[in-house]
Amino acid sequence: MDKNQSAGLLFEIGQPGRRCHAIAEASGVDAAAMIPGRFLAESPPPLPELSELDIVRHFTNLSTLNMAIDCNFYPLGSCTMKYNPKRHERLVGSHRFAEQHPLQPDSTCQGTLGVLHEMERMLAEIAGLDACSLQPSAGAQGELTSLLVAAAWFRHRGVARSKVLIPDSAHGTNPASAALAGFQAVGVKSTAEGLVDMEDFAAKLDDDVAVFMITNPNTLGLFEPNIRRIADMVHARGGLVYLDGANMNAILGIARPGDFGADMMHFNVHKTFTGPHGAGGPGSGPIAVRAMLEPFLPMPRILAGSDGTFGLDENRPLSIGRVRSFHGNIGVILRGYFYIRTLGAEGLANVSRHAVLNARYLRSLLAGLIEIPGPDNGLHEFVASARNLRREKRVSAMDIAKRLLDHGFHSPTIYFPLVVPEALMMEPTETESPETLEAFAKALGTILAEDPEILRQAPHSLPISRPDEVKATKEPVLRWKAD
Amino acid sequence: MSYLPHTPEQVASMLRTIGAPSLEALFAGIPGGDRLHRPLELPGPMGEIALSGLADAVAVRNRSARDLACFLGAGAYDHFIPAVVDALAGRAEFVTAYTPYQAEASQGSLQAFFEFQTLICQLTGMDVTNASLYEGSSAVAEAIMMSLSGSDRDGPVLMSPYLHPHHGEVARTCLANLGTKIETIPSASDRIDLACLGSRVSESTPCVVVQHPNILGNLEEVHEISRLCKEKGALFIVCYNPVSLGVLGRPGDYGADIAVAEGQGLGSPLAYGGPYLGLLSCRSALMRKIPGRLVGQTVDRRGKKCWVLALQTREQHIRREKATSNICTNQGLYALRAAVHLAALGPAGLRETALACMSKARETVEHLRAAGAGEPLVEHPWFHEFVLRLPPSSPTADRVVEMMVEKGFLAGFPLGRWYAGRERDLLVAVTEKRTSAEIASFAESLGRLARGV
Repeated sequence: MDKNQSAGLLFEIGQPGRRCHAIAEASGVDAAAMIPGRFLAESPPPLPELSELDIVRHFTNLSTLNMAIDCNFYPLGSCTMKYNPKRHERLVGSHRFAEQHPLQPDSTCQGTLGVLHEMERMLAEIAGLDACSLQPSAGAQGELTSLLVAAAWFRHRGVARSKVLIPDSAHGTNPASAALAGFQAVGVKSTAEGLVDMEDFAAKLDDDVAVFMITNPNTLGLFEPNIRRIADMVHARGGLVYLDGANMNAILGIARPGDFGADMMHFNVHKTFTGPHGAGGPGSGPIAVRAMLEPFLPMPRILAGSDGTFGLDENRPLSIGRVRSFHGNIGVILRGYFYIRTLGAEGLANVSRHAVLNARYLRSLLAGLIEIPGPDNGLHEFVASARNLRREKRVSAMDIAKRLLDHGFHSPTIYFPLVVPEALMMEPTETESPETLEAFAKALGTILAEDPEILRQAPHSLPISRPDEVKATKEPVLRWKAD
Repeated sequence: MSYLPHTPEQVASMLRTIGAPSLEALFAGIPGGDRLHRPLELPGPMGEIALSGLADAVAVRNRSARDLACFLGAGAYDHFIPAVVDALAGRAEFVTAYTPYQAEASQGSLQAFFEFQTLICQLTGMDVTNASLYEGSSAVAEAIMMSLSGSDRDGPVLMSPYLHPHHGEVARTCLANLGTKIETIPSASDRIDLACLGSRVSESTPCVVVQHPNILGNLEEVHEISRLCKEKGALFIVCYNPVSLGVLGRPGDYGADIAVAEGQGLGSPLAYGGPYLGLLSCRSALMRKIPGRLVGQTVDRRGKKCWVLALQTREQHIRREKATSNICTNQGLYALRAAVHLAALGPAGLRETALACMSKARETVEHLRAAGAGEPLVEHPWFHEFVLRLPPSSPTADRVVEMMVEKGFLAGFPLGRWYAGRERDLLVAVTEKRTSAEIASFAESLGRLARGV
């Protein structure tokens, strides 16, 4: 059955006058008697008119067209697609969490405020830093918030600095965040392993550098061996070190950014602490900083009173201000809180141990099948390269990724990081069993032995195959319109 | 407790394959001096039963909008969410998928986001909508950034004094280091002073930011504001309430260039402030300046209609420091919730929701007047939220809110927290969920407190 065709678009299945949700009390209410006509629409917006079953069948059928963690192995490098525990969904669904208004009196939110305060302290401990803000809505907003904090700290001390150094193996959010915070983003070369090129770094480090941003472990899964030296050099020049925490799943309880020289960092609760990714969010990107930066953190701050009560503090003269409405993506933060409380210290360290075990095991299984450049002492992820296959068989990383879909495996991250040609970046995470990893390796072996033409046309068994992305951008159709 | 599937035998066998003597040896690549040589100081682990008990113990220290009848709004509203929203958006295939970079494996989410974009365009009358931003305040900030991008207008951004204060504060935070100033248009009348706006908007104004209905619930003269902006070529950014569009004219119809909103009222639970949904739509001419993800229609290699992420060259993963925004992860699941919510309401349900909010708000005003609870300030046209000026005999609004909790109500927002000198003003919102019995009892309790009896 081709479910994609049976679903159609929401706008193609309705009938004028068909209803789902209705409010009988509104019948007979006359808007014109309450509001002058110049403010009123002649008719309500032209939304589709559907029955409840129309809607249920439509979205249920659509859902079956997705791959998802609950259905498939999803080794997307840098994305930490681990299992999302069902218990979290039940717990955060309680009306005592889900139906709290953000502007309720603090006296009616003591449970939530206490949990948020405890979450701040737990994240600070995991980071090896002093203070934490749960405000940022996602990792990129955590980066921007941290850079705004850094800018405010320099300004407060009367120091003018204009540059942020960023290795070229970093996520694109790093330079984009630096630009939005008013800094000039300056690239630092990486070695073939994605490590910092110390010569280029030393040449670019000067007294105008405000912040050095680094992802450690890096996007090739390697721990930066020079991190302490790098941090010392940045500090000696009066700069700050920022850690992009995208890869924290590798080092929970193993190493702490504050201990190896970072002054500030963000977490991705939706990666490391298993908030479900929701096909693109919501995320949550709390930041942790050293004590000297704490006065500049965004508002509001959570205050613990000496009497055991908690409150929200907006009287923060040095704060950068507000970075979003209300107090953060609380639903995601609560899931992270329940996760950390479930696992405890040893459980978190075991997450990282087994995340690394799975990555190294998968690397061993694939080593005979495909080129894996770089040293084999990596952590939670590794990057394979299809450059030889491309040259010898005209098979690209894209072709392999698409053919894996036919075997029921989501593809690895491809063409990132840019320092590896034809990159296939794989992060299995700790929640996958060795049987799954073996099945994946077997599938890859089968694929690489196939007629290359099959790969170039793949996928063959999914609802669609090889969409024309150039057309989507050259002739953008971004909404449905009636013919 | 853990979510690890490995048996000890499997761990041993995997280590043998890798050639590592122990799990500990896997971390040899981290210099010893960079390691943590003690356990993290965290509370001990717990099983699911104990965790449920912990959550219950936290929950009893909270009260919710189900415990207390909610007359509190100020940017987040207690609207009803039909069960189909939770049932469909709660499906694991949507919840546990990643960002749809692999289009073949993500047609479900991609089509749903394309439908979301279309629904929000239909709702607002705008040409283009992105696939969501974090929440209302960052949507306002992003809209302002769009107006500045590529513009040679070097004057201040003009902002309504009755824009949600969080939106204004976030915009100020984001613009802090970018050299553009924000100027608040003075007014003393609880809505925009058109003469004052007319005298300030000029050929150097990049944009004018207005909320309609405004934070006090009043409607703004959007047609006139739109005309004033167009005269000087300033972009008109309107921050709307999506539920109000069941009855009010659409931003696209009164000439908005960019329409943004807090989309929480479309299927996001109150959830103590998030996750919510940032909505951003614009005219076609601004399409390539739009921040964040866009889903576009195309065809696959067999010519079949399908959906992909489009115009990605605007985005940070391609454009890096020259991107239109730094946003990566957005609010995908909450965009899906909004799509299902709007589909469930349809035009008639959305209109009925807006009408029920309006009529119940007016019922509340009548009851408050009759109960001697103060003076509802409703001389201007308004939607479903209003300022109640408490009588001189009353405690301040801050105190009244605390005291009303004991009576079983979230009574509203004490405006003195945002507007100095308004310590006796209570901002009251009424949604379609409030019953006549709740309204009568609310007015009676508030009246007694306000009269000091």
